Amino acid sequence: MNAVSAPVQAPVLALHQVSFRWRRDLPPVLTIPAFQMAAGERLFLAGPSGAGKSTLLALIAGIAMPQAGDVKVLGRSLPGLGAAARDRFRADHLGIIFQMFNLLPYLPVLENVMLPCRFSPARRQQAVARDGSQEAQARRLLGALGLQADTLLRRPVTELSVGQQQRVAAARALMGAPDLVIADEPTSALDADRRLEFVELLAQECDASGAALLFVSHDMSLAGRFPRQLNLAEINEARPEGAS
Amino acid sequence: MTVLSLARRSLWNRRSTAALVVFSVALSVALLLGVERLRTEARESFANTLSGVDLIVGARSGPINLLLYSVFRLGDPVSNVSWDSYQKLAAHPQVEWTVPLSLGDSLRGFPVIGTTTDYFEYYRYGRGEPLRLAQGEQFDDVFDAVLGAAVARRLGYGLGDSIVLAHGTGAVSLTKHDDKPFTVVGILAPTGTPVDNSVHISLEGMEAVHVDWRGGAPIPGLSIPADRVRNMNLTPDSVTAVLVGLTSRRAVFQVQRQINTDRSEAMMAILPGLTLQQLWDLMRVGENALLAVSALVLLVALTVMLTALLTGLNERRREMALLRALGARPWQIFALIIGESLLLSLLGALLGVLLLQGLALGAAGWISGQLGLTISLWPPTLHELKILAALLAGGILVGLWPAWRAYRNALADGMTIRM
Repeated sequence: MNAVSAPVQAPVLALHQVSFRWRRDLPPVLTIPAFQMAAGERLFLAGPSGAGKSTLLALIAGIAMPQAGDVKVLGRSLPGLGAAARDRFRADHLGIIFQMFNLLPYLPVLENVMLPCRFSPARRQQAVARDGSQEAQARRLLGALGLQADTLLRRPVTELSVGQQQRVAAARALMGAPDLVIADEPTSALDADRRLEFVELLAQECDASGAALLFVSHDMSLAGRFPRQLNLAEINEARPEGAS
Repeated sequence: MTVLSLARRSLWNRRSTAALVVFSVALSVALLLGVERLRTEARESFANTLSGVDLIVGARSGPINLLLYSVFRLGDPVSNVSWDSYQKLAAHPQVEWTVPLSLGDSLRGFPVIGTTTDYFEYYRYGRGEPLRLAQGEQFDDVFDAVLGAAVARRLGYGLGDSIVLAHGTGAVSLTKHDDKPFTVVGILAPTGTPVDNSVHISLEGMEAVHVDWRGGAPIPGLSIPADRVRNMNLTPDSVTAVLVGLTSRRAVFQVQRQINTDRSEAMMAILPGLTLQQLWDLMRVGENALLAVSALVLLVALTVMLTALLTGLNERRREMALLRALGARPWQIFALIIGESLLLSLLGALLGVLLLQGLALGAAGWISGQLGLTISLWPPTLHELKILAALLAGGILVGLWPAWRAYRNALADGMTIRM
């Protein structure tokens, strides 16, 4: 366990004696005695594919439930919540960026960015409180991420480049000031010279909104951009060999 | 709200497939409602082929047979009612009016009816509509003829035209009454009943063309010219059938029994409404088959919808996972699919009704001219609303399976997607 500067607030994320297996007759994919992230922290989590990264993210998002142990997000124990409360909790507090295909093809850019507000009144209120309206916040975030041209925002998302799509996804994850942004290999579909730029922008905006960032990647060249790096193998005692 | 608006947007994104589904649902709705409406109208119109007539009297045979030849002018009468019996019937205290019908001749396949001018007064169809002359007047002279609307249109006859009747009811007749031609003096307005296909002449006219005939053939060597016939006694020996109106409808069974049990002649009286109903029941098999076919078409349309939904599901797994990550609950994923199927069937139903309405408006003139049916869809009947409700219920039912699969996928996939 890394001894980071003692958190002033409750940790944004705390795993304790977590064990997870997909099926009863399979060996556990994850066995994590302890893992914490402080509020507002930026963490680079590395690990080869198949190491259980996606599973870990599903546990943190409250979509998968551990068979043993506790997953606390913002001090709230997820296994203690019902399925509905977990979905609500995820909508209110988490922003998630996937590897690719993050956007709904039938919504224009702006509406894609504002999607979290559809599922979370709390995020909607946050956005309105900070920028006056949902759309104002969406535009501000997109602008900060280098997407401000009005023509671009009205185009169907399918016409954007992959790099642009990932930045739209980042803006969406940050919409309504979530406490934790989870990015699951968000740069793997980008060109090498675009990756760094994306990470910089994402980190900058997470800092600006006070969100913690859990950045999962196997691209070690990006690790240096994060104050703290961690390999999943360091915290996971299980040794999964199959799929994630 | 959120979910339904997403369903709408998502559907719009796949609008070409969705349009095909909506169109197939619309076509089947239009077919089903159209068949249903035609069926109802046809039955009603059929039941109203003849109205205001209390009894039809003819020689004793079967009720449907009597109805067929007296009203629909189909088939041949077994025998006739004697003039004496007819007179006796007309004089019956409870009989208000009688219209005698004499059949057997034809005009190029169209039946010729010998009758009296009372026919124009008492014959009623539909909801008591009287016959109306479109042109000209009722017959007066022995050799006057009044044509039904369809006869005049199909054969191209107008007022003043001369027509030659043929003996017998076939379309091609070898024996013609060409020595005694008739003149068209009137043409009736369309009724949508067999009257349209009939040629009406007076009983005397019918008698006149047969005055020099015996046993269904001209008497060899005897030919009486038309102008001499006028001066002869043209009272017929018999009539084929008699339409009877009673002073009181309550007497109908009593008078019917009296006629049926008359010892002087083997006659039969039928209640037209009742017998029309029996005749319609004979055709119920066809009617039901038609309905079954349209119901099957609806089933096919729903299957098309199911196919489209299930196919779309795989392409949309990513979309579902994304929505889950954003905090959408599994039931919202479920509702997304159900909402989509509901939207598709709703649009289909709406378009179907519009389609049929447009068709009915466009073809109203033709239908009423050809079939004498008035097809109007507005307001929809309770039965039709039930059909539409059943369609929507079917749409939801069809959506259940893909929705359930999407729900299961959403739970199993979580945020990741396993292709």
